[in-house]
Amino acid sequence: MSAPATDSSPHRELGLTDSEFELIVEKLGREPNGVELAMFSLLWSEHCAYKHSRKLLRRLPTEGERVVMGPGENAGAVDVGEGYAIAFKVESHNHPSAVEPFQGAATGVGGILRDVFALGARPIAILDSLRFGELDSVRSRHLLDGAVRGIGHYGNSIGVPNVGGEIYFEAPYEHNCLVNAMCVGIARQDEMVRAAAAGVGNAVVLMGASTGRDGIGGASVLASAELGEGDAAKRPTVQIGDPFEESKVLECCLELLGKGLLVSLQDLGAAGLTSSASEMASAGGVGIDLDVARVPLREADMEPFEIMVSESQERMLAVVEPAKVDEVIAVCEKWQTGAAEIGAIAEHGLVRVLRGGEVVGEMPVDALVDGCPLYDLSPAEPEGWIYGNRATLDPSASAEETLLALLSSPSVASKRWAFEQYDSIVGSRTARRPESADAAVLAIPEADRAIAISIDGNGRRVACDPYAGTVEAVLECAQNLACAGAEPLGLTNCLNFGNPEKPTPAWQLDRSVQALADSCEALGVPVVGGNVSLYNEGPEGPIYPTPVVGMVGELPDPAMAAPSAFARAGDAIALLGPFEPTLAGSELAKQRGELEGGLPQPDVAAVVAACEAVRAAVRAGKLSSAHDAGDGGLACALAECTIGSGLGCQVDLQPLRERGCSPEEALFGEGPGGFVLSGEREKLEALAGEGVEVLLLGKVGGDTVEIAAGDRSVAIRLDAAESAWRSLPAQVEATD
Amino acid sequence: MLWGVVQFPGSCDERDALHACELTGGEARLIWHEERDLDGVDAVVVPGGFSYGDYLRAGAIARFSPAMEAVAEFAAGGGPVLGICNGFQVLCEADLLPGALLLNESMRFVCRQVELQSEGLSTPGGAQSFTLAGEMLSIPAKHGEGRYWAPEEMLDAIEANGQVAFRYAPGQNPNGSARDIAGVRNEAGNVLGLMPHPEHAVDAMTGSTDGLRVFDAVAGARV
Repeated sequence: MSAPATDSSPHRELGLTDSEFELIVEKLGREPNGVELAMFSLLWSEHCAYKHSRKLLRRLPTEGERVVMGPGENAGAVDVGEGYAIAFKVESHNHPSAVEPFQGAATGVGGILRDVFALGARPIAILDSLRFGELDSVRSRHLLDGAVRGIGHYGNSIGVPNVGGEIYFEAPYEHNCLVNAMCVGIARQDEMVRAAAAGVGNAVVLMGASTGRDGIGGASVLASAELGEGDAAKRPTVQIGDPFEESKVLECCLELLGKGLLVSLQDLGAAGLTSSASEMASAGGVGIDLDVARVPLREADMEPFEIMVSESQERMLAVVEPAKVDEVIAVCEKWQTGAAEIGAIAEHGLVRVLRGGEVVGEMPVDALVDGCPLYDLSPAEPEGWIYGNRATLDPSASAEETLLALLSSPSVASKRWAFEQYDSIVGSRTARRPESADAAVLAIPEADRAIAISIDGNGRRVACDPYAGTVEAVLECAQNLACAGAEPLGLTNCLNFGNPEKPTPAWQLDRSVQALADSCEALGVPVVGGNVSLYNEGPEGPIYPTPVVGMVGELPDPAMAAPSAFARAGDAIALLGPFEPTLAGSELAKQRGELEGGLPQPDVAAVVAACEAVRAAVRAGKLSSAHDAGDGGLACALAECTIGSGLGCQVDLQPLRERGCSPEEALFGEGPGGFVLSGEREKLEALAGEGVEVLLLGKVGGDTVEIAAGDRSVAIRLDAAESAWRSLPAQVEATD
Repeated sequence: MLWGVVQFPGSCDERDALHACELTGGEARLIWHEERDLDGVDAVVVPGGFSYGDYLRAGAIARFSPAMEAVAEFAAGGGPVLGICNGFQVLCEADLLPGALLLNESMRFVCRQVELQSEGLSTPGGAQSFTLAGEMLSIPAKHGEGRYWAPEEMLDAIEANGQVAFRYAPGQNPNGSARDIAGVRNEAGNVLGLMPHPEHAVDAMTGSTDGLRVFDAVAGARV
């Protein structure tokens, strides 16, 4: 019988509960030694075991005709024809970025790239979704600057274009920023490889960088606990990225897979060798022997448990037939990257850790990977709005002042400051550069078509209503794809939430996952992969619940994608779709300090019909431009269309007011389902059809933005709108 | 016409450069950094990227590669060489071109379309088979270390020699380059380096086709 547990008991310090520890003892039939306890603590962390989210995630639809690989692989993949697949996944690196933003964000990009090339796909695009506290905080500016530099450093250096993304600034992210990165890759389907280990007697080869003490315990310490005081002391658990090493490992892996030299391949991410080896063995239903004495080390005196849990970056684990090991090592040598045979696939169903001849850890694969108890949540809806309000705009401000305040809000304003720090064109596929269209558009000449990609998720609206807000995130992606003329193929998501052991974040997570399931079902879009990041809290409470949705679609020809901005003076302007804007959860409600719970429930079927109409019109070349009405409402959407083109507009929102909107709601209200289209008047009118309404609002031209809305009419010069919308650099570089 | 595109570990734009070379009507192949033999290529491109991670200093390690020794001999023999971005940095480090590329004035990486004014891009030995003199080209730039710098006397000399190949159009200098210089060539005129990326301006679908004229000019410079 063991001594009663105290706070200094090793299992508690490693984040395991007493009952989890007892379960481990039961499964092993003895107490775990230090190596085993370290490995269990990582694989049984939220980050690896999804112990608070796995039951919910079973609700998501994961199957579809075009799905090539679904959840459970390193990344999801969909068929794009001609024998090719598009692989993609989004993943978080929130807590490391909150501790050390440059390396945290950089290694977030490095990790998601490895997930994609582990399938045998060449990465062709990165997108990112970032959340910080308000920009008037020094900490937020520091985190933003570091994260953007880190993302740029890694992506630029490795030669994968960053083609799109989003950034929001909200006080609840002040202490716990979010850094989510998405990678998209292309693969020949016959060269793709799964992560499951196979073939008893096959060799296990560790490739890439050597193993050091960086990132030890990252998964349990950083990813599965709340941030708080003393975060500086956690800095050694943040990994350090080396994009040059990764670029060599990437090319090396693609060459190895192209030559058919690997049985399976897995990246080393959170929990390092421990999770890669165990998960490969588990997926293949086999055992694995690893000899830590054969792992190339940065520091000679590393303990076995350190080697097993190190999160040193730029490493991959491959299963190789014995006869091909020499050839694999030769290819690694060509690319000047490390390769060491460190173990073998075994029949015994164990993860056995050896040091030379000595067994230093021995655990059943099942117990490690699937043995962690899955918990039911205890959700409870909070009473009222729990996040507070901070008014920055007087409700008596004129309509012009209001529009300028919204356009200069860092969440609405142009993100050029950020995306110009990213190489968006390397690879020669980028048909629409950032901010020129609602979705990123990449040419896929291999399959004679193009793909469009969008990443979205407005946490504030999810905080107001986790169900409606999450549906809106999915619909916004679908709307962005429709503007590019693309039809959705698949979806990936990153669920960024607070502590699931508390009732409010549990309720937010539960409602949000249900909304994701329902809206994907309604759109007919499968969820092919994703990631969960929980325990995102600061001293003041949880972050806004932030499901980030990444969607990939296809279109026949990259040239078809409509620009966001107006293109031709004299064109008519129309609003298409079931847009019924309200101030609930809007940027304006935030600025006025009037946020409260509740959003109208979206009419998903009507939005889907509108998306289909817009997609068909874009593909048929009937539109000069297409842009969805998003943050800041119709007035901001119209202003964005004028700024991008240098062409003003004259618009009357009376038709929208006939839907029951007040002037303020028509101008600045938000909600899903609205498309701002421009083109020839007759062609726009002809888009109206069954279940699709088209309201003609005005025309393109002049050098002013004029929007008639009863007693709140707006008329501002284009250059005034532009300088407000382009004010982000001044706000970021502020020094106080 | 056979183009050779040097590939270092850490190169990023070598496939794009290969594609651009092929669009000029020629054939193109990669030259692995350990190759000492250029094996009959008619022109060499040293492409963009982060050769050897740009550790120590951009281009500082790549210049010592076997392939670059071969490129230096090729250039000495009058062969046309085009260095783009990291390739320009490598050629400066190898003393095949004058000057140096420093960290951008903004201290940040920048990726944007820029207008370039070409200035008498000549061919080796002064042959006049093709020239870009006086043309405006729209080509994207993307780099963190692209600020062209040379001592004042050297700047005066390369201007006097007609070695400035490209300048950023007024107001478009993205990095603080001295005298708005975006690209230079050697005294003989057969080695050309520039920071913006002509290989990313070869298809209207991705932005512009003006970069093709740079490749055509280099192709025309074949000895």
